[in-house]
Amino acid sequence: MSYSDVIEVPILTRVEGEGGVTIRIEGGSITAVQLRIFEPPRLFESLLRGRPLEDAPDITARICGICPVAYQMSSIHALEAALGVEITPEIRRFRRLLYCGEWIESHGLHMHLLHAPDFFGATSGIELVQRFPKEVQRGLQLKKFGNRLLEALGGRAIHPINVCVGGFHRWPKRDDLLKLIPDFQWGLEAAIAATQWVAGFDFPDFTTPCEFVSLNHADEYPMNAGDIVSTTGLRVPVTEYDTHFVEQHVPHSTALQAVRRVGHTPFLLGPLSRVNLNRDRLCEPARRVADEIGFETLCRNPYKAIIARGLELIHAYHEALSILQSDLPRGPAHIDYQPANGSGCAATEAPRGLLFHHYEINADGKLVTARIIPPTSQNQRQIEHDLHDRLTAQLAEGATREQLAGECERLVRTYDPCISCATHFLRIRWEDTP
Amino acid sequence: MLAARKPRLAVFKFASCDGCQLSLLDAEGELLAVCERVDVAYFAEASSDLQPGPYDVALVEGSITTEHDAQRILEVRRSARYLITIGACATAGGIQALRNWGRINDWVGWAYPTPQYIDTLATSTPIAAHVHVDFELHGCPVNHHQLVEVLVAVAEGRTPRVPSHSVCLDCKRRGTVCHIVSKALPCLGPITQSGCGAICPAFDRGCYGCYGPSRPAHTEALLKQFTQLGIPRAPLVPLLRNFNAAAPEFQQASNQLAEPVR
Repeated sequence: MSYSDVIEVPILTRVEGEGGVTIRIEGGSITAVQLRIFEPPRLFESLLRGRPLEDAPDITARICGICPVAYQMSSIHALEAALGVEITPEIRRFRRLLYCGEWIESHGLHMHLLHAPDFFGATSGIELVQRFPKEVQRGLQLKKFGNRLLEALGGRAIHPINVCVGGFHRWPKRDDLLKLIPDFQWGLEAAIAATQWVAGFDFPDFTTPCEFVSLNHADEYPMNAGDIVSTTGLRVPVTEYDTHFVEQHVPHSTALQAVRRVGHTPFLLGPLSRVNLNRDRLCEPARRVADEIGFETLCRNPYKAIIARGLELIHAYHEALSILQSDLPRGPAHIDYQPANGSGCAATEAPRGLLFHHYEINADGKLVTARIIPPTSQNQRQIEHDLHDRLTAQLAEGATREQLAGECERLVRTYDPCISCATHFLRIRWEDTP
Repeated sequence: MLAARKPRLAVFKFASCDGCQLSLLDAEGELLAVCERVDVAYFAEASSDLQPGPYDVALVEGSITTEHDAQRILEVRRSARYLITIGACATAGGIQALRNWGRINDWVGWAYPTPQYIDTLATSTPIAAHVHVDFELHGCPVNHHQLVEVLVAVAEGRTPRVPSHSVCLDCKRRGTVCHIVSKALPCLGPITQSGCGAICPAFDRGCYGCYGPSRPAHTEALLKQFTQLGIPRAPLVPLLRNFNAAAPEFQQASNQLAEPVR
């Protein structure tokens, strides 16, 4: 195979935001794969400087329309750490409920409309409807109830308005919560059926040697709190993030890439990492489904992330239902605080993985500095490594250029990259040296 | 005009969060019905089947922050019979338009260790500053019911019915007690366009103007009322300078407030 031209193929669709992949082939083998992110920089860290600290959750939500709650949660936890605010168990419980809504909406979308079409050669969820009307409609319904939960608790599904530093502006209305219960009872069963459906897909034979990283909490599936753990034995508090991870700036991307500080090795965040590291903390129905479908204890096949999303979908429906069926919120909806000079950081589990925020604040209640490390920029380097391995194997089997381009797109999609987060239309640029 | 056949729809993204185009996928139940009324020819976030133009309608999300995008929007305009902008980024420049008040070199240096790798303009500007726009749908994010109305109107060949009254009126309809009157809380409801459903006041907080200025927006009268109620001026500047900071009415008001009192 010898190419002497440079071709740009518009390729990565069904992801959030726009980026590209450059594949460099020299002497018939792939020598470099670069995930290029050319999403225009929006400079959030800079525009936050000097703003009232109360603005951080609403403004950082605008980094991503798919996972605004994740940004709201990481920012409020980091600011509460800086302010020394202790929230009540009640506020904590309802933050988890809100996060369940976002996991449901995001995972429901990715499983059914973005990822599933790849297993059937369909170009979109809309096309997949022709073949699997019941399953896709069920997926849309599952996603819809996640949005209804976000609306009940957060005011709206995209960029909710009820979250504030210290808690919520007000508690949700009793009737708005209670009327969701029948939908969530249906949703738990439907999520199980959806997971069993995706577990039956035909998965490519591929494994990644990566280090999986996620939060881990003593007695709950990680969302808002926990230590950072990994499959190579790392266990550190979130406050030590900078000791173990570092961001690097590469010319082909407006997203900074994070790597391990020692050895500069890549790592992977997201649903597969969370399930691999926290399977025993999944709810009983999710654990049961995982066992029944024979999900590996340490699953290294990124294409199977769709199953991990399914297991988390079950978990989120189960946990949301149990909160909806428990006591209604009592006590103050938010805790008051006094601004003081300080700094704080936090990490929470966005649908796509660990999202780290760090802020410095002053006694006037203003943000002095802000630092935000989204999951996709942390995953970027590992995605490049996996693409290199996968495409090399495909090339050895005699794959054509079109087949390689298609496979490149399919593999990138398994990580559910959120390019808006990391900082637009993915293009593959081939750079060949005969 | 377009009613004779299914209009070909394209969705384009510039500097934005993806939330407004996601609103289309959030229309869940209506999504499949909309797909029967319009031919989705180009929608990268939802489909790998990307058909070339020309299109009948281009939905544009995001603002212009790079020279490359300033050129790309010209191509989008040439490819589409009607161009409709969706959301605060496309209609007003978005939250990233806060750079218009800063020094771009400082801002890039604060966010990136190697600023020379970054190619960006010193401003974030709405789409209408670059090309003719046929219809603007406001909101951060847009309301998906309004977005569906826009698409149905396009399919039926009529002007979309989107109200331009203020959030204030929606509070009265909902029976939400006025936070300005009852608590002297700064709220942009009286000068902000309807569309969100007046959710912030209903959740015990003041409106932060994410749907942009209403038509008309009596900003001076509202600021005068705030002064009479003893609401301090300084916090009103960041309140007006968020997702629609560069919308002319909000920009003028915040600049006026930021000047020293004479």
